[in-house]
Amino acid sequence: MSSLTMRPCGDFRTSYAQDNTIFETKTIRMMAILSVLVLCAAPLFLDSYFISIFIQMSYLGIAALGLNILVGYTGQISLGHGAFFGFGAFASAWLNISMGIPVFLCIPLAGFLTMAVGMMFGMPAARIKGLYLAIATLAAQFIIEDFFARAEWFSGGSSGSMAEPINLFGFAFDTDESFYYIALFAFVVMFIWGCNLMRSRDGRAFVAVRDHYLSAEIMGVKLNKYRLLSFGISSFYAGIGGALYAHYLGYVSAEGFTIFMSIQFLAMIIIGGLGSIKGTMMGVIFMVLLPEVLSGGVGMMQETEWGNIPMVVDGLAYIKEMAIGLVIIMFLIFEPEGLAHRWKQIKNYWKFYPFAY
Amino acid sequence: MNFELLIQLLVNGLIVGLLYGVIAMCFVLVYKSTQIVNFAQGEFLLVGAWVCWAFLVYMELPFFVGFLLTLAFMAAFGVLLQMIVLRPMIGEPIISVIMITIGLSIFFQALMKWIFGVDPQSYPQVFDTQSVQIMGLNVEVAYLMSTAIALFIMAAFYFFFKHSKHGLAMRATAFDQQVAQSLGISVKHVFAMSWGIAATVSATAGVVIGLVNGVSDSLSIMGIKVFPAVILGGLDSIVGAIVGGITIGILENLAEFFDSQYFHVGNMYDIAPFYVLLIILWFKPYGLFGTQDIERI
Repeated sequence: MSSLTMRPCGDFRTSYAQDNTIFETKTIRMMAILSVLVLCAAPLFLDSYFISIFIQMSYLGIAALGLNILVGYTGQISLGHGAFFGFGAFASAWLNISMGIPVFLCIPLAGFLTMAVGMMFGMPAARIKGLYLAIATLAAQFIIEDFFARAEWFSGGSSGSMAEPINLFGFAFDTDESFYYIALFAFVVMFIWGCNLMRSRDGRAFVAVRDHYLSAEIMGVKLNKYRLLSFGISSFYAGIGGALYAHYLGYVSAEGFTIFMSIQFLAMIIIGGLGSIKGTMMGVIFMVLLPEVLSGGVGMMQETEWGNIPMVVDGLAYIKEMAIGLVIIMFLIFEPEGLAHRWKQIKNYWKFYPFAY
Repeated sequence: MNFELLIQLLVNGLIVGLLYGVIAMCFVLVYKSTQIVNFAQGEFLLVGAWVCWAFLVYMELPFFVGFLLTLAFMAAFGVLLQMIVLRPMIGEPIISVIMITIGLSIFFQALMKWIFGVDPQSYPQVFDTQSVQIMGLNVEVAYLMSTAIALFIMAAFYFFFKHSKHGLAMRATAFDQQVAQSLGISVKHVFAMSWGIAATVSATAGVVIGLVNGVSDSLSIMGIKVFPAVILGGLDSIVGAIVGGITIGILENLAEFFDSQYFHVGNMYDIAPFYVLLIILWFKPYGLFGTQDIERI
């Protein structure tokens, strides 16, 4: 049974090892390895516009996966993820500039610093949940944002701070193409780690806390510990994503990390599918492509003689924002389980064709 | 210590606090009767204020006609929003409900920016005199009107819930939906009505604030400022909302005062309520008047 290439309908697992694999079948594993290889070769045949989009997807994807571990797997709500992302960005730049730590060490260190901050703000999570937690993290978002604007020693205040490019053994990763490999490496490592985390005792404990916290507690899962741990891990991911963002752009300013960014992260995981690692990737791809497709569409409309409506062209920035809000509403009403669920349904349709049930 | 400034700020705090109280009341009303946390509360203010502005400036209607038309529009807006967007969300997990109101808030914020631009606009002159002297304090007429309106709304809420049939139906629904339904109350209508009332009353607050400060994007921040107020008062208590609103209004002005006199940290006016919010959640998560969740296994 372990050499399955197609999965029959129904669950035929006979051992824990099968239940625990990352990839359900050999085909899926080969596809995953192949797609990583193709992505490695991407700079050879794609121009830098697509490469920059891939880089954007990778650092946002890492942060979104962190949020999915917190929201989708542990069932805690956070409205402050954008602020943690920003904290990672500033922390990495700060460690590099004021302490002189090399950049490739700064990124994980920034992750740990963000983890500490996240756990500090996650501490109320030990006592409150659901709506109250959402409001507490909302407060955290504003307090951290205020901290960015104020702490000049840390963030450079209103002028922002510079971030050096990553420099490894004398080679500077300062072009899009070279940074792409760093981003891809981080993305693959963080996603494999995320998959493995969910197979471990800790990951199963998270799911237990989400599904029925009283039962989980009765079975010996320490609620406070796992709620706090989930906050920590989620902030760690946000910190790593933020640090990559900082060293990619080379400049961090306090304006970017607003509540709107937190909402975008939440939108990613809701559109992709809560509690699904594959869904996180889909959601990130969707949310990064959405504004690009919109501006591309408006650009194409402008070419035609009927489509050059000044109101649409000038209001493009607002249309993008509206689209984000609309997409969140539409998905929640029509497909609350996200793209991952839809993908599964499409696959099943073909697998069982013509005997769909 | 500058007593004159302190007293002026306290009066301002009380006036703004009453408005917070009104907005918080709408928030609590929606939460109590439909179990939905309305993150789009601020957008009700924003939409109401802009619509009223459009009536007054584009169509050049007299103020009270435009204002009444706005109220009618907002009532329909709230009811439609509940019917189209929020009705499908009944019974969904809390994260979905929170996210859908956040989605609404982003959508309407961007829509208003698109239609009316990002620059603040002021209403045409409504009152002849700008400010009057009361016991040596300068008080703007618009502020006085806002206080009067806030008190009027609070009184109206009291009579509506205590002495009217619909108010009783809403209280019954908030108490127990199934029992209310079995007694012949249309829960659907109650839900729609609570959104309609919340939208109308918030729009009133939006217009009042717009009269004082002008209409702009920043009105939607009021919807977020309301969270410290409702958490302090307790999420499901109307009295708590009023008390919380006034407290937060006075508190942010006090924080501003002490900051400008002694600490010089800056930005305290906006950020102090959130520190308070965290402290309350830490020590008394259900607020002063809220009902504590007790779970049975």
